[in-house]
Amino acid sequence: MKNEVLMEVQDLSKHFTVETSLLGKPVSVLKAVDEVSFTIGKGEAFGLVGESGCGKTTLGKVLVNLYSPTNGKIFFEGKELTALNETQRRSYCKDIQMIFQDPYASLNSRMTIGDIIAEPIIINQLLPKKEVEERVIYLLNCVGLARHQRNRYPHEFSGGQRQRVGIARALAVEPKLIVCDEPVSALDVSIQAQVLNLLGDLKMEFGLTYLFIAHSLNVVKHISDRVGVMYLGKLVEIAPKRELYANPLHPYTQALLSAIPIINPEKKKERIILTGDVPSPINPPAGCHFSSRCFKAFEPCTLKSPVLKEISPNHWVSCHLF
Amino acid sequence: MLLEVKNLTTEFKLKRGTVKAVDDISFTIDKGEILAIVGESGSGKSVTSLSIMGLLQLPGRISSGEINFKSQPLNKMSQEELRKIRGNQISMIFQEPMTSLNPVSRIKTQIMENIMAHMKITKKQALARTIEMLDTVGIPSPAERANDYPHQMSGGMRQRVMTAMALSCDPELLIADEPTTALDVTIQAQILELLYKMREKFHMAVLLITHDLGVVSEAADRVIVMYCGKIVEEADVKSLFAKPLHPYTVGLLQSIPQIDDDSDDRLYMIKGMVPNPLRMPPGCPFSDRCDSCMERCTQEMPELQELDGHKVRCFLYDKVKEGELNAI
Amino acid sequence: MAKDFDTNSDKKLIQAEEYVEKPESQLKEMWETLRQNKAAVAGLLTIGLLALIAVTVWLSQLLGMQILPYDPNYSDMTQSFVWPNAEHWFGTDQLGRDIFSRVLDGTKISLSVGIAAVTISLSVGVFLGSLAGYRGGRTDAIIMRIMDMMLAIPSILLAIAFMAALGKGLDKAVIAIGLVSIPEYARLVRGSILSVKENDYVQAAKVIGNKDGRIIFKHILPNIMSLIVVRATLGISTAVLDTSALGFLGLGVQPPYAEWGDMLGRSRGFIFNAPYTLIFPGIAITLTVLAFNLLGDGLRDALDPKSRIK
Repeated sequence: MKNEVLMEVQDLSKHFTVETSLLGKPVSVLKAVDEVSFTIGKGEAFGLVGESGCGKTTLGKVLVNLYSPTNGKIFFEGKELTALNETQRRSYCKDIQMIFQDPYASLNSRMTIGDIIAEPIIINQLLPKKEVEERVIYLLNCVGLARHQRNRYPHEFSGGQRQRVGIARALAVEPKLIVCDEPVSALDVSIQAQVLNLLGDLKMEFGLTYLFIAHSLNVVKHISDRVGVMYLGKLVEIAPKRELYANPLHPYTQALLSAIPIINPEKKKERIILTGDVPSPINPPAGCHFSSRCFKAFEPCTLKSPVLKEISPNHWVSCHLF
Repeated sequence: MLLEVKNLTTEFKLKRGTVKAVDDISFTIDKGEILAIVGESGSGKSVTSLSIMGLLQLPGRISSGEINFKSQPLNKMSQEELRKIRGNQISMIFQEPMTSLNPVSRIKTQIMENIMAHMKITKKQALARTIEMLDTVGIPSPAERANDYPHQMSGGMRQRVMTAMALSCDPELLIADEPTTALDVTIQAQILELLYKMREKFHMAVLLITHDLGVVSEAADRVIVMYCGKIVEEADVKSLFAKPLHPYTVGLLQSIPQIDDDSDDRLYMIKGMVPNPLRMPPGCPFSDRCDSCMERCTQEMPELQELDGHKVRCFLYDKVKEGELNAI
Repeated sequence: MAKDFDTNSDKKLIQAEEYVEKPESQLKEMWETLRQNKAAVAGLLTIGLLALIAVTVWLSQLLGMQILPYDPNYSDMTQSFVWPNAEHWFGTDQLGRDIFSRVLDGTKISLSVGIAAVTISLSVGVFLGSLAGYRGGRTDAIIMRIMDMMLAIPSILLAIAFMAALGKGLDKAVIAIGLVSIPEYARLVRGSILSVKENDYVQAAKVIGNKDGRIIFKHILPNIMSLIVVRATLGISTAVLDTSALGFLGLGVQPPYAEWGDMLGRSRGFIFNAPYTLIFPGIAITLTVLAFNLLGDGLRDALDPKSRIK
């Protein structure tokens, strides 16, 4: 895919200090995101999958400037975001937005949904005052809500509807990239399909680019073009969607895929059951982070950390097997 | 027949009105069977399990019906009598293992407490049994881990501990309320595997409550689908997935993104939302979202009918019962 | 375009698309809940009555009119220690001053001191607490250590210490009492901000480009306002008590001004032969404090969205 690169992440790390000594020196550090590199093309939907503790949400928050990176660089349309000062960085909120996971916590319960959607337009002074309301109604319609609901408060809406408001808010500034942080995890199954379809439609209509974060591979399948898999702060595999699902190379990806229940009792499949639990990100295993649970682990795995290598066109894996 | 629920109705008296969280449902569970109840929010599935266990809190109460466990009427028992059965013959595991375990008490204490409340054995024996249970559920180094506090364990481990606690007295029925929802996919796989193993080993029946059809497909023998407090479909798991009858079940199955589905088209979606329980539409509760809605559906409530062991509550199947050969 | 509307009822209303509902008034809801709490309403009415008295007395004195039956400071030694009767409803004190008039006169001092002191505590406390809670790190540590030091000393002692530095007088008393309560509000606000700060909607506010100050004002404070309002209401009653305490000790208000605590202090010795010199000012203090407390409790329920009656 010869796409223009919209965002590039280079060796990005985000560390949190868990314990400090009396003098303030960090004693244990949580490496939530550990030297992650990838690119997102313009108009692409990049699915980022991993289980709890893998760092995908932290990564998303770094990209929208909720956290500042500990190390590494972020480039947006060629410009280095990590080199900017706070005010300059803040101006990029018009280009990079976020949709949050919990529809019950992501809207200020004291504001009407119309005001919630209008706020980003007003504070970024994107439109003259007279035109703001027009745009709010337009956005409400885009996400499938009606004009007369504009003055209602969030608690009057269902989870699915609230999530739509969150989407409208993200769209308000006409962003180029939207980080979707598990936008359907908290919703009922029958509503998930509605919201996933909506996100797909909006992407086509407005030419959006998505970083779609999820904890399960089946959710990202429909909407993604390429998928990346994270484990304990590291990216272990990246591939175009069909390639990843048809031919997963990294043992963790294989286990993830196999763990998803298939809705067909006839096809009782051979499950790869991983032993043990996800290790604590404060104390990852030496060498490859996945070595402690890997069913294909061999000698080099506990000694050296593997690097992301392109094994076949556009298919990258971080594993000593390759 | 281990558990029999007959015409159970549970109501919540709110300031705004009375809500029938569970509306006249009946089902049975046999010894060693895994029955799944599937539904989304507002379906009444969790309230059903709480009603069975006598754990309903005001303003909820069972307003009519019977719950018989081995011919003992659970709904008529006092809390004192129920306590003898809870944790002992009927056990329960919940969705959020962190909030279901006492954070200031060691794991072994919590499990031993349960054992000694129901069995007349010494502390030493109870401890031995605790460690044995922890081993059975797959906790590594059980003797050491038994001394841990809940926060020292991961979500998956805590769920196993809950399971160990629930199984410590050899219950005949285990009620698992969304046991894997809060867990990662790979851990979910482990827990389901565990439940299966337990069923094999202890011949225990399981009432599995979930919204995840994938989990149902992997783990259940029979399935009940609930919507707005009513049972809308009931069948053995193979029949349900091979030929779902109720439009809600059909819609649900079609709208789930599947791993083996290669098409890039939009997902099928059920339009609309679950109705407000205080403002239910007249007639069939699914009528306003149903693609096959007929005039009759908005006026009358269909009855639960049986077609070859497969029960469904829908007017589409009325004619079939009356002798027509092909289902619509 | 995604045109999947969610509810059936919306389908009917689409025809009426031009009609936009007015936002339901949250204030109205709060009032409804409050109204149902009889104790709170009683408190509110009492405060209203006291405020009315205070304002009336103050205005009348400003305009040179005499509303009160007697001049509160007029001393008639021939009329000292008169038991309550038709001419002197509350009796007279040791200097022959009408107690009824003095009690009413004292209302304006007590209320205004209470409100003024709370205003000081509130504004400084909210500012410091917001700074500490939102910024965290060293700012938080420094501010909270200072607050801790202030809290370590009993409030009355602290007030006396401030007065010692500032000198006697009513205005100094107000400042002292105001300063003393700053740590409570700072702590309250800081704690609330810490719990609210991590909520998704606050993060969302950051993501859409809000600056820190605006986030605190527009998103965080309104959601913790209820806690602050309740605390402030109760704080007024505490301030009234503190004023009385200082007055009782002879600090604060200076004679001949009528202030309830001062009146109590000076009448200590007469409890057996002229109890009315203590009873009426005492009742006034109790009533005021009780009224504010009841109102504060009622407000707590009214402002908590979970317990609102719809």
